[in-house]
Amino acid sequence: MSVDTATVAKIASLARIKMTEAEIDAMVPELNGILAWVEQLGEVDVTGIEPMTAVIPNRQRLREDVVNADPQTGGDMRDAVLANAPAAEHGFFGVPKVIE
Amino acid sequence: MTELTDLGIAALRDGIAKGDFTATEVATAFNAAVEAAQPALNAFIVTTPDKALEAAAKVDADRAAGKPLGKMAGVPIGMKDLFATKGVQTTAASHILEGFVPPYESTVSRKLWEAGAGMLGKLNLDQFAMGSSNETSAFGNVISPWRRPGDATPLAPGGSSGGSSAAVAARIAPAATGTDTGGSIRQPAAFTGISGIKPTYGRCSRWGVVAFASSLDQAGAMAHDVTDCAIMLEAMAGFDPKDSTSLDLPVPEWTANLNADMRGKKVGIPREYRLDGMDADVAKSWDDGIAWMKDAGAEIVEISLPHTRYALPTYYIIAPAEASSNLARYDGVRYGLRELPEGAGLQDMYAATRAAGFGPEVKRRIMIGTYVLSAGFYDAYYTQAQKVRTLISHDFTNAFREVDVILVPTAPSSAFALGEKSADPLEMYLNDVFSVPASLAGLPAMSVPAGLDRNGLPLGLQVIGKAFDEQGVLNASLAIEQRAQFSARPAKWW
Amino acid sequence: MSEYRIQGATGEWEVVIGLEVHAQITTNAKLFSGAATAFGAEPNTQVSLVDAAMPGMLPVPNRECIRQAVRTGLAINAKINKWSRFDRKNYFYADLPQGYQISQLYHPLVGEGSIEIQLDDKNPESTKTIGIERIHVEQDAGKLMHDQHPTMSYVDLNRSGVALMEIVSRPDMRSPAEAGAYLAKLRTILRYVGSCDGNMDQGSMRADVNVSVRRPGDPFGTRTETKNVNSVRFVMAVVEQEAKRQVAVIEDGGTVVQETRLYDPDRNETRSMRSKEDAHDYRYFPDPDLLPLELDDAFLEECRASLPELPDAKRHRYETALGLSAYNAGVLTADVETARWFEALLAETAARAKKSEAEVAKQASNWLISELFGALNKLGRSLETSPVSPAAGAELLALVADGTISGSIAKQVLEKMLESGDGAAAIVEREGLKQTSDTGAIEAAIDGILAANADKVEQFKAGKEALFGFFVGQTMKAMQGKANPQLVNELLKKKLG
Repeated sequence: MSVDTATVAKIASLARIKMTEAEIDAMVPELNGILAWVEQLGEVDVTGIEPMTAVIPNRQRLREDVVNADPQTGGDMRDAVLANAPAAEHGFFGVPKVIE
Repeated sequence: MTELTDLGIAALRDGIAKGDFTATEVATAFNAAVEAAQPALNAFIVTTPDKALEAAAKVDADRAAGKPLGKMAGVPIGMKDLFATKGVQTTAASHILEGFVPPYESTVSRKLWEAGAGMLGKLNLDQFAMGSSNETSAFGNVISPWRRPGDATPLAPGGSSGGSSAAVAARIAPAATGTDTGGSIRQPAAFTGISGIKPTYGRCSRWGVVAFASSLDQAGAMAHDVTDCAIMLEAMAGFDPKDSTSLDLPVPEWTANLNADMRGKKVGIPREYRLDGMDADVAKSWDDGIAWMKDAGAEIVEISLPHTRYALPTYYIIAPAEASSNLARYDGVRYGLRELPEGAGLQDMYAATRAAGFGPEVKRRIMIGTYVLSAGFYDAYYTQAQKVRTLISHDFTNAFREVDVILVPTAPSSAFALGEKSADPLEMYLNDVFSVPASLAGLPAMSVPAGLDRNGLPLGLQVIGKAFDEQGVLNASLAIEQRAQFSARPAKWW
Repeated sequence: MSEYRIQGATGEWEVVIGLEVHAQITTNAKLFSGAATAFGAEPNTQVSLVDAAMPGMLPVPNRECIRQAVRTGLAINAKINKWSRFDRKNYFYADLPQGYQISQLYHPLVGEGSIEIQLDDKNPESTKTIGIERIHVEQDAGKLMHDQHPTMSYVDLNRSGVALMEIVSRPDMRSPAEAGAYLAKLRTILRYVGSCDGNMDQGSMRADVNVSVRRPGDPFGTRTETKNVNSVRFVMAVVEQEAKRQVAVIEDGGTVVQETRLYDPDRNETRSMRSKEDAHDYRYFPDPDLLPLELDDAFLEECRASLPELPDAKRHRYETALGLSAYNAGVLTADVETARWFEALLAETAARAKKSEAEVAKQASNWLISELFGALNKLGRSLETSPVSPAAGAELLALVADGTISGSIAKQVLEKMLESGDGAAAIVEREGLKQTSDTGAIEAAIDGILAANADKVEQFKAGKEALFGFFVGQTMKAMQGKANPQLVNELLKKKLG
């Protein structure tokens, strides 16, 4: 499979990366080179093989349902949460007005 | 007299404990070395001399008060700028995070501070750890302290932990943290003549480490030698309930159990790693390693890892796929850069912010990852890659039924010049050919210096071990270290 | 029940409905972080570093969320998948800090199950089984506010990361009434199980309504999805409006577009939500920050053992073991709070009367449904905020049962109980409402009434026996309701006989 400028433009839009036409044009051969190379995986016989789910045998642990049990992953820290925001007002994050 | 900055973790810690010198003297010496080297090497994104002195003062006070000292007491280290450090800018070497000051501390860095280490600064790296040469940083290239004899061409320190490798090799930091997704600890260690270990996936918590590819990312230690790596890894590792993939296992006493005697051990040599057209010096260094292993008493066993040649393409599907999703959070809303062109709506802001904030290699990988996950392509690329990953992992499982560790080169060449490979992404990717398979299987692996090549540049040997068997990896690496007698150091030009 | 059909210009149309219900799982903390979930907190106070998707933050699942989803699955007789997995659904929006929602696409926690809905509350035999395809667990998004600032929208992440169950039905419903009954029944079950509080006005439960139309017997038509409908009434309205709209589109020669729509209750119409149409490529893949979720038998057994008696079983038991009418059993089991209240009343009433529950069930259920519900309704209150407790109700019923007061006096006493919060016995005592069995006083009253109504006495004696009730009523009136009705009956019979 290879990509054309329209596909690259669509992928850039999906990934929310603004690209100029020149950037898109430049990326087409790069992506095609990489895709052509990774496509050699298609020749591997994977009959009966499960996709990897956990690289090291391990079990998903479950947390107890306790609020702020660990302060590092709890709430009640609005100032810390908002401290780095480019736009924060009245306890909210601000974004350009969204018309729904 | 040896300068303090020539000493490694064990020597510094023990010297401070014995009272040969104070932690403050150590921190002061390294702060000065960092400051002097920074303009030439650009190993740090920010330096934090006060943090180093503050930690040193505490160690000196604790010692004076007769309190017990930690494993890393008085050792000032460099922190790869992928680890969130509370109150200190954390950028992942990306413009998109410039100015971000985390209100939290990563688990790994917290453990190191608790063990008595201090911070010299935040080390430069490839942007979001994507790269093998440190040329993708938004904060400029790191220059390797190594040069070819009589040639001032700036060389790559390797990547992505290039700031870490350069700082340790230049002796401006006795040790540094690294992270390894496809070789980002081992390859830079090999390029700069230092030791570096990536433990089993899950040994070190990923909490607070800026994510690149979650199923592959693993923190590790970079230091002068095997013993220092063992000490530092003990301080970094350990179960963290905040990371679902963290291993709920006690941290073994790797340092106390170091043992270079390889009698009764079998060392696997995978035939698939002997590539056509392999660099002669790399091949020779591998043969040296095999001889040293024999000398240490090990039995050499030829093994097969049949899916090795598919490891790189597998990696270059899985890692970008995960990255494309992990990096979606950099959107200009809650932290970091925001680009808001006149009249831009929310989605325009996202696209403008990410266009301005991410470097070309990061964009390239996000694009690949987005494409391979998109409708209609998911099974052909991603599912297929995860199946091949299972096969690669099976290869290792089978091999480890026969052998205790596997010995291979760390990288296909010694350090290349900056700019030499950056024009062609694929050529750059091929640099990870020997390091990626162990990453895909989550196995512990270590690079140790093995000698110099014809250009007078370091080459590394890589020991890959069974899951959870960092001890076996460290021990085999120690056997190599003792026999390689690697003592070359870059001539100080900075 | 006759089949629901849309009468189009070109003939009859059948509507096909499937519901995707998002139910907030009742927990203290969020699905993947320790921040609280309480409703109505100050903006961004219930947000952890994890919920704000700070760099390097990682999810660890909350056991209670998994447990409640499994219990819900068991309550609808669904297959529980002991191996499930979380996937990422990738899209960019300001209410989604991670840039992806952690959900379950490929391997949901709960597989196929079903719910039986009652289509006619007078006729318990009239039921229909609605298939449930799956239940999966996922994160809720944050909230945007658009009216606080002239050029900005404000983002509150308090809801971001709260645990939801998405309960996906099969396209088994064929009328607004069925869709409404399904949603109401699902809410009843969730509240019984305790996995969701069902507060639709607080957003704890909301439905995406999938509607298509077809000629009866034809294959399914193209469906539309109307998002975030938050009441049973609105779901029914959406089905009706959307079906009519689609029929009109098709009959005008157009085609129905598969799209996301929004319901506007003020105008009672659905409209296209083009802003979300932009890119429907969610690039789902397994979340590499999480491991597969593997449940052991002990976990499942605890989930099963902790399930309460469910509404269908309870209704059946009320009818068979307690002898209640189908209607009463249906009313009393429709909400877990009502059933809980009734069972407390029943236990207390039986204990006071030293009788079995079955013997007092009719009295208790009739009083609850016809007296208390009516009285509370007048006050605009519900059972949950009733000033009369089950024990207080039982005290009142006991006074009726032992003849201390009559049924009509009991109504007055109940009103006073609701006003004052006092106990029934205290009110009866204070107001002198005790029923009298003073034969002399009753006889005197009867004598007066018979004398004043000599003509009616004649008619009664001539065979117009229906007049007996008239005499009883007049006597009770004269006695201000306090005469023992049995005694009145006896004495009247004697005097007239």
